[in-house]
Amino acid sequence: MNDYEPETEPTDDLPEPDTASESAPLIEVNNLSIDFDGNCILSGITRSITRGQTVAVIGESGCGKTVFMKTLVALLTPTTGTVLFDGTDLNQLTPAQLAQVRRRFGFVFQNAALFDSMNIFDNVAFPIRQNEPSTEEDEVRERVRNHLIEVGLPEDVARKYPAEISGGMQKRVGLARALVLKPELIVYDEPTTGLDPIMSDVINELILNTRRLYPVTSVVVTHDMHTARKVADRVMMFYPRRMLDQGQSQILFDGPPSQLENADDRRVRQFVRGEAGDRIREMSRATA
Amino acid sequence: MSSDSTSIDRRPSSGAMDAGRSRLPQPLHAWIMQWGTAIVEGISSVGDIAYFAYQMFGWMFTRLPRRGTMMVNFYQVGVLSLPVVALTGTFIGMVLAVQSYYQFQAIGLESRLGVVINTSLVRELGPVLAATMLAGRVGGAMAAVLGTMRVTEQIDALTTMGADPIHYLVVPRFLACLLLIPALTVMADFMGIVGGYFYSVIVLGIDRAAYLHHSREGVVGFDLFSGIFKSFFFGGIIAVVSCYRGFNCQPGAEGVGKAATAAFVYSFVLILAIDLFLNIVLDSIYFMIYPEGTMLF
Repeated sequence: MNDYEPETEPTDDLPEPDTASESAPLIEVNNLSIDFDGNCILSGITRSITRGQTVAVIGESGCGKTVFMKTLVALLTPTTGTVLFDGTDLNQLTPAQLAQVRRRFGFVFQNAALFDSMNIFDNVAFPIRQNEPSTEEDEVRERVRNHLIEVGLPEDVARKYPAEISGGMQKRVGLARALVLKPELIVYDEPTTGLDPIMSDVINELILNTRRLYPVTSVVVTHDMHTARKVADRVMMFYPRRMLDQGQSQILFDGPPSQLENADDRRVRQFVRGEAGDRIREMSRATA
Repeated sequence: MSSDSTSIDRRPSSGAMDAGRSRLPQPLHAWIMQWGTAIVEGISSVGDIAYFAYQMFGWMFTRLPRRGTMMVNFYQVGVLSLPVVALTGTFIGMVLAVQSYYQFQAIGLESRLGVVINTSLVRELGPVLAATMLAGRVGGAMAAVLGTMRVTEQIDALTTMGADPIHYLVVPRFLACLLLIPALTVMADFMGIVGGYFYSVIVLGIDRAAYLHHSREGVVGFDLFSGIFKSFFFGGIIAVVSCYRGFNCQPGAEGVGKAATAAFVYSFVLILAIDLFLNIVLDSIYFMIYPEGTMLF
C-alpha cells in the first residue's frame, strides 16, 4: 500500500465542478499519457476545461504540470491519448492547420521568453505581423501601445530591449504579447515565480483584469498558493507519477480553491500549507 | 507493501536480465553495448539531421521568409564576416609565399611563385580556410544563438505564436550561408592573391612583370569555378549542421557551449570530407577538359 494512499477515491472519477457547466468544454483531455525516454511523466489524465474557466494547475516540482500545460497547446505530443481544442484533435492537424489553431492561444512563459534580438515593441507586434500580415503599421502601433498600457507599462519601454528591463516588466510584456491577438485560451507558466510579493500581486491582478476584459479561458501553472486562490475558480493538483502506485490517479485534487484547505487527501493539505511531512522518505523510496 | 510493489520487486534487475541473455564475458558485452548504442545514436542523428534539412528545403520551395528577416541574417553572415575573411585571406597568401619561396629560389624558379600561390588559393585554400573560419565565426554563433533560444523557450514562443521556427530561423540562415559564403570565398581568394603578390614582389623582390605573367598563365577559369562551386556546399553544410545543433541544444549554459563546439567540429570535419569528395569529382571533370593538366613550368 502506498504510504500516502488517498482517503478518497481517485479524483479522476470526480464530477466536473459546476463553475461553468452552462458552456461546452474548450479543452478535453482524454486518457493522456506522456513518457520521456521510458520515464512516465503523465498517465491516464482525463479532464475537460470549460469556456471562461480559470484553472490553476498546482503540484510539486517534477509532477508534470508544465508537461501537461505544453501538451494543451501542442508543444508536446502525447504518447497516448488525445487533446481536443474546441472539438479538434490537435495531434491530427497538419503543421499549417496547427499554426492556424495556435492563433487562438496565448502563452505566457515562465521567464517571458521575449526575443532578445527585438525591442519590446517588435516583441509585442510579432504575433500581429506573423498572423495578420495585411495589418497596417499604424494599427500595429496602436494595438501594441494599448496592450502595453493595459499591462501597466510606460510607452518609452517599447524602444528598450528585453535585457534592459526588469523581470516583472518582462513578464508583463509577455502577457501583452500573449493578449495582442485576443486569444480564446491563455496559458500562464509560473507567472509569479521569481517576483517580489508586490509584483506577484500585480501579475495576479493583471490575470484577473484580463479575464474581466476578454472572454478568455485560462490555465495557470503555479507553485504559488496565493496566486491559485486569488485567480482561479478551479484548482487541479498533480502528483509525481513515480511516487504513486499503479492505478492511482495523478490528480489528487480537482475543485474550487476554497476546498483546498479541507481536502480529504493529506498530501493536498500538506502542499497547500507548505509542509514537507514525510516527503523526503517518500522521495527516497521513489528514487530507489 | 502493495501487490504492485511486490511484483516490481520480483522483477530481475536490468543488469541481471542482460547477463541472463548474454553468455559473453562482461567486458566484451559492455564493449558491444557501448558500440551498439553509439552506432544506433549515430544513425538516428543522421536521420534527424536529414529530416531537419528536408523540412528546411520544404519551406524554401513553398514560402521564403520576409525580406527584413533575411536581411538581418545576410548582414550578420556576409558584412560582419568580411574583415576577418579578408584578413585571413591576406595572411594565407603571404604564408604561402614565405613557405614556397626558398624551395623555388633553390631551383631558380621564384618568378613562378604566383602560379603556386594563386592556384592553391583559388582551388583549395581560399574555399576551405574561408569555410573553416566561417564555421567558427558564423556556425558557432548560429548554434549558440539558437541554443540559447531553445533553452530560454524563445523557440517554443515562436511556435505558440503560429510561426514555424524552421521557416523563421533556419531558412534565412541557410540562404545567407549558401549565397554569401561563396562571395566571401571570392574575397578570401582576392585578398590572398594580393597578400601573396605583396610579399613576393614587395618584400622578397621577385620581378613584378614575370610574377604577374606566370600567375595569369597558371590559373584557369576552372580553378576559380571549382573553388566557388565547393564553397556553396561548405556554406550549406555550415548552416544545416549549426542550426541543427542549436535546435537540439541540451539545457543550461553547458548545453549551449557544447552545441556551439559541436557545430564547429562537425562542420569542419564535414567540410574536409566533402572537399575530398568534390575534389575527386572536379579533378575528373578537369582532366576531361584539360587533358594536359596544369602547366606550372
